[in-house]
Amino acid sequence: MQPDPVNIVVVYPKLLGLYGDRGNAAALRHRAAARGIEATVLEVAPGDPIPEQADIYLVGGAEDGSMAAAAKLLERQPGFVRAVGAGAPCLAVCAGFQLLSREYVGMDGPRPGLGLLDVTCSRLTGPRAVGEVVTRSEIDGSRLLGFENHQGDAVLGPAARPLGIVEVGRGNGHEGHEGAQQGSVIATYLHGPVLVRNPALADLLLTRAVGRELEPYLDSRVERLRRERLSAAGSLRTRLLRRA
Amino acid sequence: MRLGCTSVRLNTVVATTQAPIRPDSTRLALAMLLARTAVWISQRVLRRSGGVIGGRVIVKLVPGAGEMLAAGRRVALVSGTNGKSTSTAMLAAAWATEGPLSTNSDGANTPAGLVWTLANARTTAVVLEVDEAWVPWAIRTFGPEVVVLLNLARDQLHRNPEVGRLARAWRDALSAVPTVVANADDPWVAWAAQTAQHQIWVGAGQIWDEDSLICPECGELLDRTDGWSCTCGHSRPACDWTISDGVIVPPSGSSLSYITLPGPGNLGNAAQAVAAATLMGADPEAAAAALAGVTAVAGRYATVRVGDHDVMLVLAKNPASWRASLELLATRRNALVLAFNADGADGRDPSWLYDVDFSELRGLQVTLCGNRATDLAVRLEMDGVEVTGQYGDVRGALHALPPGPVDLLATYTAFQDARRELGRAA
Repeated sequence: MQPDPVNIVVVYPKLLGLYGDRGNAAALRHRAAARGIEATVLEVAPGDPIPEQADIYLVGGAEDGSMAAAAKLLERQPGFVRAVGAGAPCLAVCAGFQLLSREYVGMDGPRPGLGLLDVTCSRLTGPRAVGEVVTRSEIDGSRLLGFENHQGDAVLGPAARPLGIVEVGRGNGHEGHEGAQQGSVIATYLHGPVLVRNPALADLLLTRAVGRELEPYLDSRVERLRRERLSAAGSLRTRLLRRA
Repeated sequence: MRLGCTSVRLNTVVATTQAPIRPDSTRLALAMLLARTAVWISQRVLRRSGGVIGGRVIVKLVPGAGEMLAAGRRVALVSGTNGKSTSTAMLAAAWATEGPLSTNSDGANTPAGLVWTLANARTTAVVLEVDEAWVPWAIRTFGPEVVVLLNLARDQLHRNPEVGRLARAWRDALSAVPTVVANADDPWVAWAAQTAQHQIWVGAGQIWDEDSLICPECGELLDRTDGWSCTCGHSRPACDWTISDGVIVPPSGSSLSYITLPGPGNLGNAAQAVAAATLMGADPEAAAAALAGVTAVAGRYATVRVGDHDVMLVLAKNPASWRASLELLATRRNALVLAFNADGADGRDPSWLYDVDFSELRGLQVTLCGNRATDLAVRLEMDGVEVTGQYGDVRGALHALPPGPVDLLATYTAFQDARRELGRAA
């Protein structure tokens, strides 16, 4: 029997897509196809309604101005908040992470977020966090790899857990945490795009979307990419240790 | 050390084409002497290009050197995310119809390189390509007569994470500038250009709109159905120079054709260069005719013979320029070498590969090289493009392709590597 297609919705990629965030949809579609599962990708244009029946929602990164415009549009989309609140898998990256939190710092001070995450975001102390990141996943212990580029931090409340524990990089800027997970939301500061570099995370979202285990799929090119990035980040860590 | 020698050959040409002017302060003269020594050591011993070192020495020893060297000259600056080097070469060629001028054709577009160019220039007229982030500094230091502003889009986000912040810095600095020649089709550029004393608006087109969907003035979503406009009243200015049916239309007089370099981006660059040269006193027809001489800017679009291959070299640095270049190359249907690095000048985060659609390359023979070729291999896999192989260097990637025409598309540092590697041919 042909399984139902997985419907992926990318929320305002033209506003929330600064760091190749469309790549997360590409990774999901690619890994679904490898298992014979069709995936559709709908890119919601700014101002268009966000469907409430999607299987996976992707919310990406942006600079402050575009983020503010997206925030205004999202306030008028209660269906999105209902869907994710009801358990639709959602990946939120960088500005997306902040938009789903309780509060974040916008262009003119603190603003309420959508409140899907028990997280408060403000400004990182010190310079902007820019560079390769390695964390230990709090979901399955695997390494999560990516590139961070943000000035925001994230303080997790009791209902949210970190996505990973930082080995290289800055992450949320508190307690060695990187990202957050709560209910059906996975949030992170990692680009790469994060689902391309971390197939286990892509598979987790797909598994939740189709409601069953997926057969293993090892993508040799992606594994090579992971080895390269891990070794590059490793040498970075050595340098940082020497400097410390 | 064949590679190093090649690099020296390419760059000394630029550094020694003009004899220096006589510096009018003793301190500056001494700094020049030391700078020349540093450049000599850099070139002969370290086998580097040296110009940037020379500029650094001067700036270090004489903090006001930039202002002193620019005094009494007519300076034109050119900046923007894409097309800087090409437009600078175009403006230099177009304005040179009026007399000799100097320019930083080596592409050294940050303070040290700019100061070194001026230190070696003996002409009154100077055209300088300036890195986007250094535009305010260059305006303060050189007091330009005109600034040519091309476009603003995401590029090297690890260094310039916000396009809007760059535009704001431009806007603040441009109030000191007599005239800007600005691309009216780019909302950020048009907004920044408003503060200058006079604007010459050119409808140069916009290849990439994804960083300019919101109003720079009020933050609302722009209406982008026809040009761009906002409910707050901010909208695309009426243009003095336009592009219509593939020709440049000046404010008065007959239209000017431009066919030398391919693509709509280069036609826009040509329009802005001719508009700026006209402002500086050139005859528009002569200026446009002079652009035919600008064929390979620092090796870009040059075709070189390497073994059994005729290789056209194309440089593209960011998603906007990769998108434009791939559109062009996909129609040529030649075998392709994609050379991909993620060093400083390329942007250290190659996530932007996912802003570019590669599906047009399906069915073409593609080989890869560069220090981040694996990132690109994964990207191509996601778009269903078969890769023939991934190689350690450009020659390896070339040899894997059958004899005949090949197009080579490379990021900034990969392009420099390719030119070095292909040696004299490039």
